[in-house]
Amino acid sequence: MFLSLSSLAVARGGVTLLQGLSFRLLPGQALILRGPNGSGKTSLLRTLAGLQPPAGGSYHLPPDSVAYAAHADGLKSTLTVAENLAFWARIYGGPADGDHALAAMDLTPLARRRAGDLSAGQKRRLGLARLLVTGRPLWLLDEPTVSLDLASVALFADVVRDHVSKGGLAVIATHVDLGLSEAAVLDLDPHRARAIQSSGFDEAFA
Amino acid sequence: MSIWEYANPKKFMALSAGALPWTVGLTVLLLATGLVWGFFFTPDDYRQGSTVKIIYLHVPAAMMAINAWIMMLVTSLIWIIRRHHVSALAAKAAAPVGLTFTLVALVTGALWGQPMWGTWWAWDPRLTSFLILTLFYLGYIALWAAIEDPDTAADLTSILCLVGSVFALLSRYAVNFWNQGLHQGASLSLDKQENVADVFWLPLVVSIAGFILLFFTMVLLRTRTEIRSRRLKALLARERVA
Amino acid sequence: MKALLLRDLRLALRSGGGFGLGLAFFFLLSVLVPLGVGPEGGMLGRIAPGILWVGALLACLLSLDRIFALDQEDGSLDLLATAPIPLEAVVAVKACAHWLVTGLPLTLIAPGLGVLLNLPPGGYGWLVLSLFLGTPALSVIGAFGAAVTVGLRRGGLLLSLLVLPLYVPTLIFGAEVVRRGTGGMALATPLALLAAISLGAAALLPFAAASAIRVNLR
Repeated sequence: MFLSLSSLAVARGGVTLLQGLSFRLLPGQALILRGPNGSGKTSLLRTLAGLQPPAGGSYHLPPDSVAYAAHADGLKSTLTVAENLAFWARIYGGPADGDHALAAMDLTPLARRRAGDLSAGQKRRLGLARLLVTGRPLWLLDEPTVSLDLASVALFADVVRDHVSKGGLAVIATHVDLGLSEAAVLDLDPHRARAIQSSGFDEAFA
Repeated sequence: MSIWEYANPKKFMALSAGALPWTVGLTVLLLATGLVWGFFFTPDDYRQGSTVKIIYLHVPAAMMAINAWIMMLVTSLIWIIRRHHVSALAAKAAAPVGLTFTLVALVTGALWGQPMWGTWWAWDPRLTSFLILTLFYLGYIALWAAIEDPDTAADLTSILCLVGSVFALLSRYAVNFWNQGLHQGASLSLDKQENVADVFWLPLVVSIAGFILLFFTMVLLRTRTEIRSRRLKALLARERVA
Repeated sequence: MKALLLRDLRLALRSGGGFGLGLAFFFLLSVLVPLGVGPEGGMLGRIAPGILWVGALLACLLSLDRIFALDQEDGSLDLLATAPIPLEAVVAVKACAHWLVTGLPLTLIAPGLGVLLNLPPGGYGWLVLSLFLGTPALSVIGAFGAAVTVGLRRGGLLLSLLVLPLYVPTLIFGAEVVRRGTGGMALATPLALLAAISLGAAALLPFAAASAIRVNLR
């Protein structure tokens, strides 16, 4: 179980954003992606999640190993917190230990609430609790701490640390200091694609 | 040297630029010959009088309405399988032309039907099939127009074209089943027994050849326009990035 | 997959709106048509098969855009696409859920509306049977249309434009079964064709729909 990238390039809307990404992530390692807005962090994570094809190069990871969490949490407002979590647990066929996941993100008292009645931060915590019930080793997290308060950020950092220490992997795009001192940091700035060379028009047909 | 090299936009532009004057000239020549011959130098039909002459517009337009869709199906398949951009853009370019032919066939059919059947419109299987074909064209064109990203649009319209073709064929049989109709049989077929007489037939063939070339020329022109607009967009995008 | 089906059903029941709306629309149409055409029973009876089929089709159309759009908005579709279930199965299950909350109830209330439209007595069994065999095709074809338009902001109207031509064969054979049934004519052919369309659509369209969703997600 490992994630490896060899000169991967990612694009959004036909424009290449990042190129020449090569690294290898082994079990027990976490990687933090840094880069300004629009540098392609989300596109990179979506590419690794298999939601979009790479614009060049290749990456390797075992099938069905990814848990992806992005800006939208995939919650249904008319279902309760516990029901939302149970649904994703069954879809992913992971360990159905919803209680543990709820406790880890401090959601146990809210288990019977409708997801629609949660605050933005609580929804986020539920979205992150979903990672625990997927049973997937590789977490791809896109700005996971948006709308979390300081205590929740610390809570979340603990969850990630725990996951990684058990042999999991995590790739996290974030601007916030999670306090994950052991995680490697990858600055995307040197990998940003230069403005397209003016060698004729037909890169419009890449 | 394989045929696929022409799928390169640059090669296509160069080749089509050379071909266009010829196809335009030939189209004008054939259409003028076929239509003038058909309209002014054929006898009136003993039953239908001079109204029969609309056949020189109606039949070729109807044929091309269907052929344009088949061409779109083929180019969509080429896009899905080999991902040649010219192919996808040719399908996009052909759709409004095909829609126009369909409408021409419907309108000339109505003009022909009125004196012959005493009605502008009847829910005859052929007429109904063409009306349904119009809907398919409209949906296809609307989908192209609705999607911003050109590759996404090409993919989705190709999928729609494939699925649509199956359902268009199904609709054709369904409509046949639904109503037997008053439309005359095919004007041209390979066994010559049912064909129209030779005096009408020759100018009709010339008109059909003219319509085929007209379609070809229009698609060529429109594909060139699409390629240019893609390049323009790429230039604008590049300016935004820089 | 069962979890997904149960979730979709539960969502449909809890959010109310979408599921009752189609039935209400079907009912309204059956009330409005006699008001528009006039109360003459013979005429109503003759057009009843067509009206009921067109009504069921339009009622089905109302809730199509919810099949994938809601999941796309809240991010569930991304997560489902990375889940171990193949996207083709997701499409099939969601189409099935859509049928259970629209097609099936429409089929069940159709005989009642047939009474309003003076459908001749011989037609009721065929009406229910034809809707039962035909509405699955409406849901699957609709799921395909919803998959194609899922990424679009104003997809609703476009969805109707794409899906309605695809509904033509189903409508023709469905209404034909009822018309022949009321007239006591032979109807094995349209009935078989109707079932064939439903089965064929259910077998093949999920693949087309799944590839459309993949394109839309990238």
